[in-house]
Amino acid sequence: MIQTDILIIGAGPTGLFTVFEAGLLKLKCHLIDALPQPGGQCAEIYPKKPIYDIPGFPEVLAGDLVDNLMKQIEAFEPGFTLGERAETIEKQEDDSFIVTTNKGTKHQAKVVAIAGGLGSFEPRKPQLQNIESFEDKGVEYIIRDPEIYRGKRVAIAGGGDSALDWSIFLADVADEVTLIHRRNEFRGALDSVEKVEELKKLGKINLITPAEVKELHGNGKLESISIKQEEDIINLELDHFIPLFGLSPKLGPIANWGLEIEKNAIKVDNTLDYQTNIPGIYAIGDVNTYPGKLKLILCGFHEATLMCQSAYKRIFPDKKYVMKYTTVSGVDGFDGSRKEAEKAVVKSIN
Amino acid sequence: MSDITIKIKDREGEVHEVQAPTDMAMNLMEVVRSYELAPEGTIGVCGGMAMCASCQCYVTSDHKLPEMSYDEDLMLAEAFNVKDNSRLGCQIPMTFDLDGLEVELAPEV
Ligand SMILES: Cc1cc2nc3c(=O)[nH]c(=O)nc-3n(C[C@H](O)[C@H](O)[C@H](O)COP(=O)(O)OP(=O)(O)OC[C@H]3O[C@@H](n4cnc5c(N)ncnc54)[C@H](O)[C@@H]3O)c2cc1C
Ligand code: FES
Repeated sequence: MIQTDILIIGAGPTGLFTVFEAGLLKLKCHLIDALPQPGGQCAEIYPKKPIYDIPGFPEVLAGDLVDNLMKQIEAFEPGFTLGERAETIEKQEDDSFIVTTNKGTKHQAKVVAIAGGLGSFEPRKPQLQNIESFEDKGVEYIIRDPEIYRGKRVAIAGGGDSALDWSIFLADVADEVTLIHRRNEFRGALDSVEKVEELKKLGKINLITPAEVKELHGNGKLESISIKQEEDIINLELDHFIPLFGLSPKLGPIANWGLEIEKNAIKVDNTLDYQTNIPGIYAIGDVNTYPGKLKLILCGFHEATLMCQSAYKRIFPDKKYVMKYTTVSGVDGFDGSRKEAEKAVVKSIN
Repeated sequence: MSDITIKIKDREGEVHEVQAPTDMAMNLMEVVRSYELAPEGTIGVCGGMAMCASCQCYVTSDHKLPEMSYDEDLMLAEAFNVKDNSRLGCQIPMTFDLDGLEVELAPEV
């Protein structure tokens, strides 16, 4: 059982910044996310696009914002359960909660902060007969551990950045990489498209376009796929088929946790601390709703900050505390590191 | 008045006749959201960058629509339930010549 002070569901910008604000209060955090990487929408939907309304940053790439948040919270040593979806929550007699993921990982904390954004990112599955029977038996929609493809024959379908970037990456890992797309043109970043073209010329990527996967075959596990290219049907023997048609967020199991839901979001008390109707469970960032709510990163940061103060009072009801400025008090990491402003030099002038 | 009237059939099959402003730089996806004709989080996931197809709709009137951009065309190539009259709502700005437009929202995927 993983034990922590604040269990954060969702490792988007809101969840990540919570670790920092909690750390200043000496509270430890653990994050769960359905995606294999942190960053939420910023990492999954638009990592290479600029954001212009983060205070103090005239322009920052969404992916760089995530990298910087990870750097900012590093000293507070957050734990991560990635690639797993928070499924159930149970309240314990001592007022703590146990949250279990779809893979059975259990987490216990006094405070649960739901920073689930628009919901847990679930893959968009191509409409192929029997695809579900091959899931995890040769069909994967998200690449969690590229090492499992070492020496294997892999086919990827899709025309966006993730299809291109993973084809490039796996060209060096897998024995055979085939990229299948319905068009000859790709939607991804130009340098990725050029790299795929180069790898195709080198014979490291087998490109089949314009084409579509029509059937999956195998006995117990995936053995081959049928691809329709214009009028021809190609039969390709392989070990893995990875359709990368993007992910769409679904509120999913959280909707059944007994929380008040309105417009696909969790209602919270915005006049105080973003607590939900269940004491000890908070909802911050895009996942919550209250009169005047705006789904913006800077609003998520603000909500996380207020929420941590309330969480502190719940965890240490009798301990006194006053908010301190980081400039004045410095930042003491749980890893023993310390950051502080340089002391003013006192020198007399004769 | 700078408003136009459009008819939107939601995913449950109900038809809504709504007024859309032409002077607020709004697109069809945003009109659907502003009238809450599809649940939050099920439309406009990419914010309107032709990167998710959650705003796919079928255009059922014969209005002349803005030409499809390269991005829209390629996104639709990867979307599901695509028909000949499919468009991405976020790529259709509200303009005067779209008065009377009729569309149907594509199913959620
Ligand atoms: C294209 C685009 C452009 C944008 N531009 C801007 C902008 O310029 N400025 C701005 O301020 N905002 C912008 N936004 C919005 C901004 O990205 C969001 O406000 C922000 O990402 C919200 O952060 P979050 O941490 O609350 O949620 P998210 O980033 O959505 O992260 C939530 C995470 O929780 C996970 N999760 C949810 N439920 C579960 C569960 N049950 N189990 C496990 N994991 C779960 C999800 O997988 C996800 O990774 C933009 C959004 C998009 C799509
Ligand atoms: S809102 Fe994402 S494609 Fe239109």
